[in-house]
Amino acid sequence: MTAPRASLPTPAHDSRSWGEIGLEKRHSNERRIGILLIAASAVSILTTVGIVAVLVFESIGFFAEVSVWEFLTGTRWTPLFESKSFGVLPLLMGSLLVASGAALVALPIGLASAIYLSEYAQDGVRRVLKPVLEVLAGIPTVVYGYFALLYVTPLLRTVWPNADIFNAASACIVMGIMIVPLVSSLSEDAMSAVPRSLREGAYALGATRFEVATRTVVPAALSGIIASFLLAISRAIGETMIVTIAAGATPQMTLNPLRSVQTMTAYIAQTSMGELPHGTVEYRTIFAVGLTLFCVTLLVNMVSGVVLRRYREVYE
Amino acid sequence: MSEAIRNPAGPVELEARELSVLYGETRALKYVSLKIPDRQVVSFIGPSGCGKSTLLRCFNRMNDLIPGVKIEGEALFQGRNLYGTGVDAVDVRRRIGMVFQKPNPFPKSIYDNVVFGPKINGYKGDFSELVERSLRQAALWEEVKDRLEANALSLSGGQQQRLCIARALAVEPEVLLMDEPASALDPIATQKIEDLIYDLKQDYTVVIVTHSMQQAARVSDHTAFLYMGEVVEYGPTNELFTNPREERTEAYITGRFG
Ligand SMILES: Nc1ncnc2c1ncn2[C@@H]1O[C@H](COP(=O)(O)OP(=O)(O)OP(=O)(O)O)[C@@H](O)[C@H]1O
Ligand SMILES: [Mg+2]
Repeated sequence: MTAPRASLPTPAHDSRSWGEIGLEKRHSNERRIGILLIAASAVSILTTVGIVAVLVFESIGFFAEVSVWEFLTGTRWTPLFESKSFGVLPLLMGSLLVASGAALVALPIGLASAIYLSEYAQDGVRRVLKPVLEVLAGIPTVVYGYFALLYVTPLLRTVWPNADIFNAASACIVMGIMIVPLVSSLSEDAMSAVPRSLREGAYALGATRFEVATRTVVPAALSGIIASFLLAISRAIGETMIVTIAAGATPQMTLNPLRSVQTMTAYIAQTSMGELPHGTVEYRTIFAVGLTLFCVTLLVNMVSGVVLRRYREVYE
Repeated sequence: MSEAIRNPAGPVELEARELSVLYGETRALKYVSLKIPDRQVVSFIGPSGCGKSTLLRCFNRMNDLIPGVKIEGEALFQGRNLYGTGVDAVDVRRRIGMVFQKPNPFPKSIYDNVVFGPKINGYKGDFSELVERSLRQAALWEEVKDRLEANALSLSGGQQQRLCIARALAVEPEVLLMDEPASALDPIATQKIEDLIYDLKQDYTVVIVTHSMQQAARVSDHTAFLYMGEVVEYGPTNELFTNPREERTEAYITGRFG
């Protein structure tokens, strides 16, 4: 470090300029760091590739016995019964019902708290409130699951006495609460990124604080907000514990949230804990459902990726 | 105050009385008193950080939005204290418009930018007629009439600034405050904005902050020279530039500091 600096004042006269001396050493260091970093990312990439490969491989075995058509359009899912049916729609519908219910709870609450945090709360309040909200995200999902079953369900059943013990609504509400912090935190980030000058522009036209929030800040941050919604939804689709505990194990085509349903994740959890012999078609349902789940989540994530990219363009 | 502050005769639109602004403990504006006449152009000049923007923003209560700010004294609009009890900042801003140093159009269409203010103010008339009128006033209509649905961010900097002016005019304010509206623009765009200010004088009172003394000399009827939070000198623009009564004013306009 000192030697090269000494030659700084007269670099023009020194044919070996000061940069060259450390060049080789730096290069080999750089290369070593590069390899380390590649190795680190390789671990996760290879794991992902491995998982997908297993999913696809086992699913191919599954689809050798059950037609893709039957799987995708069948409306009965009874792989473990005497009369077997392999229609994934009831599970898919269960997942979508619970996820949309959770979204219905989480999106308005999450957006409202994001607006509050970003536009209304004083600095001090925000500094306290944001971490508190994020604690919600740190509660183990199994705790949420039992909370749903032991507190929310009885409450629901006092209002709707004919609701099933295991029902989608209870899981929806609790899962919604669980993903509120995800929505509020990411939406708030997007809203804070809206330049102050835009807010001032709106205020200067006689906008109230509420109008500034809803007509200027939210539209300007919209892609970030939508991306947070989609991320929350993909999280809800992949959530397992709450639905396994509270939503039941009855694959059925219903949109009634008071009924017991089964989601893809709950089916996988339930079935992989059973003692199905490897290689049977029943066993392979796990992978076929897993692959379906993977595709749905991937789709949602891809959409949110596209939305986020659009959002980045806005202020650059 | 000395004869360095020469308030204009005639009807007064805006007035500062012993007006001070404190950011936390620091007094950025110190006991400023001056009168701004109706339907004329007044410019504020002075070195960076002297408090021009701070003074300007008192007149539409934009400083209220800054946490920890404290305002003392009075700012009057048509004789009424803007900071008096029962005065709503939102009302004030509807009647006293503002254009900012950096163009800040909303990331919406050109059309939506112009109708933003009228919409929130419950405008009942014909929106497309209003859009055309405002854009014409801001000398932008010819350039954008065929692409009103285009995103405002696709306009050039000068066009964006004129859009911001159109947006401010669309709410039909009585006063227009402009904080260095041409500082980010090239000479041609600057020329357009200066012409515009000249036209606006027919209907509006215009207060403009500028770093360019030439600009102040070209557009304004009266000029205030601010230094370190105080109004050092205020008077008719040509007098202030040709025959300053204060040592510091002379030093500034002859380029010896600032
Ligand atoms: N939000 C704020 N918080 C704290 N201090 C501020 C704030 N805004 C301005 N100031 C201070 O108040 C003083 C006057 O600022 P002001 O922006 O009014 O100056 P100006 O004359 O407009 O300068 P310029 O020509 O650079 O825009 C400066 O010393 C500045 O540092
Ligand atoms: Mg300024």
